[in-house]
Amino acid sequence: MRLLSPMAAPDLEAPAKKAHELTLRYFGRTIQLYTPLYLSNYCENACVYCGFNSANAVERKKLTLEEVEREAKIIAESGLKHILMLTGESRAMSPLSYIKDCVKVLKRYFSSLSIEAYPLDEDGYAELVREGVDGLTIYQETYDEITYGKVHPSGPKRDFKYRFDAPQRGAKAGMRSVNIGVLLGLNDWRKDIFLTGRHAKYLQDEYPDIEIGVSIPRIRPQIAGFKAPYKVSDKDLAQIIIALRLFLPRSGITISTRESPSMRENLLSLGITRMSAGSSTSVGGRLAEKPERSLLPQFEISDSRSVAEIKSMLEQKGYQPILKDWEKI
Amino acid sequence: MNEDILNIGLRQIKNRLFIGTGKFSSFSVMKSALEAAGVEVATVAVRRVDAGSKTDNVLDYMPKGCIVMPNTSGARNADEAARIARVARAGGTGDWVKIEVIQDAKYLLPDNIETLKATELLVKEGFKVFPYMSPDLSIARRLEAAGASCVMPLGSPIGSKRGVKTRELIEIIVREVKIPVIVDAGLGKPSDACECMEIGCAAVLVNTAIAIAEDPVAMARAFDLAVKAGRLAYLSGMPPQSLHGQASSPLTNFLRDET
Repeated sequence: MRLLSPMAAPDLEAPAKKAHELTLRYFGRTIQLYTPLYLSNYCENACVYCGFNSANAVERKKLTLEEVEREAKIIAESGLKHILMLTGESRAMSPLSYIKDCVKVLKRYFSSLSIEAYPLDEDGYAELVREGVDGLTIYQETYDEITYGKVHPSGPKRDFKYRFDAPQRGAKAGMRSVNIGVLLGLNDWRKDIFLTGRHAKYLQDEYPDIEIGVSIPRIRPQIAGFKAPYKVSDKDLAQIIIALRLFLPRSGITISTRESPSMRENLLSLGITRMSAGSSTSVGGRLAEKPERSLLPQFEISDSRSVAEIKSMLEQKGYQPILKDWEKI
Repeated sequence: MNEDILNIGLRQIKNRLFIGTGKFSSFSVMKSALEAAGVEVATVAVRRVDAGSKTDNVLDYMPKGCIVMPNTSGARNADEAARIARVARAGGTGDWVKIEVIQDAKYLLPDNIETLKATELLVKEGFKVFPYMSPDLSIARRLEAAGASCVMPLGSPIGSKRGVKTRELIEIIVREVKIPVIVDAGLGKPSDACECMEIGCAAVLVNTAIAIAEDPVAMARAFDLAVKAGRLAYLSGMPPQSLHGQASSPLTNFLRDET
């Protein structure tokens, strides 16, 4: 983890080569693709960096099961088999029972379902696993409790500890993969990435049969108008990926459409193993007849390429796009 | 020398290089590698097979005549492995199955006890079972007694390319069990594969070292040649190794002449 230090920054070429080599050895010349599906944007939290912040006067919507199915069909046409379901934190509007109903619909179209929603207790996660969910994504946003308190001024998300323990509860409940991360830009990235690495390593050691992955989202423009208090440059992001790969050689590292096409392509060889494609970050975003009529997104995406375009980019770069690498059998 | 055939799983195999299909840059590169080495057996992770896909179904890229050996990668216990095997057979890949039961994502070392249970279950259901295992003689014997078609001890952890770190344990198994011994996992270079064949293994299974080579097609060919060389050496009667130098023309040869 000393690679995170400013001292390491001037010469990243040698560690970058090592990171590339490790990624090849553990993951081969492959990149796994998935796409997010936003189910609901009702939210009781006031995360200052988020478009779905309860204080923002954005239109709220929860997909009906019929709409979930229509969106599933659209995504399935692209060939994707792995999907990430997202909801805001509203136990009233998007309760566990609603998420389970959505799972019932989605598992007819996809072989792997992951969930990124409010933290649940172990029984809640176990219910989702029984229903067919195999992956949990939950970000701590920042490991600095003071910063955490500042950027989450109200709502149930203020409970740092309950969120911090969520990946572990998911692991105990039988999730096959658990994905953690921070929102880069909220705090000094060196501290947050160091602790992300430690957290992932702890989970790996404690739950050796579970795939622990890491995401590295940077703050993007959103309706909340929040500007990142800490800068995370492109070079910093590269350094983060290299350091994480060397520290966690067998962990998946995800890069979302928050990053630009060129940035995503350049970061591929350093250690990225998963990418989102054909993304929409608004509820029902794929159903709107005209893009301008869709709801406001959680954040703006930078890479709006379709699944087919991402696939052909990967093939040109010598990577096999993996649409399916898991199925509950 | 008669034609050297490996009788296994009720099939006759000439090429003793088996290949795993993961990690390649594309299915077409994989296919070219399989063809270049004349591979007759390739293993495929059932969970990764996208059967409904018109463009991304690995089974569409198998060379003609190549036996598909589905594997239970991702299984954490015997029951799960058995379910995956049944799904594969129902999907039409035949009755060969490679059992992989792994609970440890760190070293990817197999669980021998669950592997044995899965083997017992699946042999009874008529599968030809190829169990991936940690090289342990008593488990190898039990797998043999359970009706496994072979045993597949690891050379070193999957993907590690560390070579035949378990050589002495594998040699014991080769000497003691009658079913074929196929070294699976950890072979990083052609010479590792050659070494396995020299010590009497029936075949080797290679994936990462070929898939991530700069030129996977050429590397597949290199492994093929190494496997053939090692096999020929084994059949030729490899002289035992010695720590000391021994003259190529021993001084006491003349004494033997008189007997």
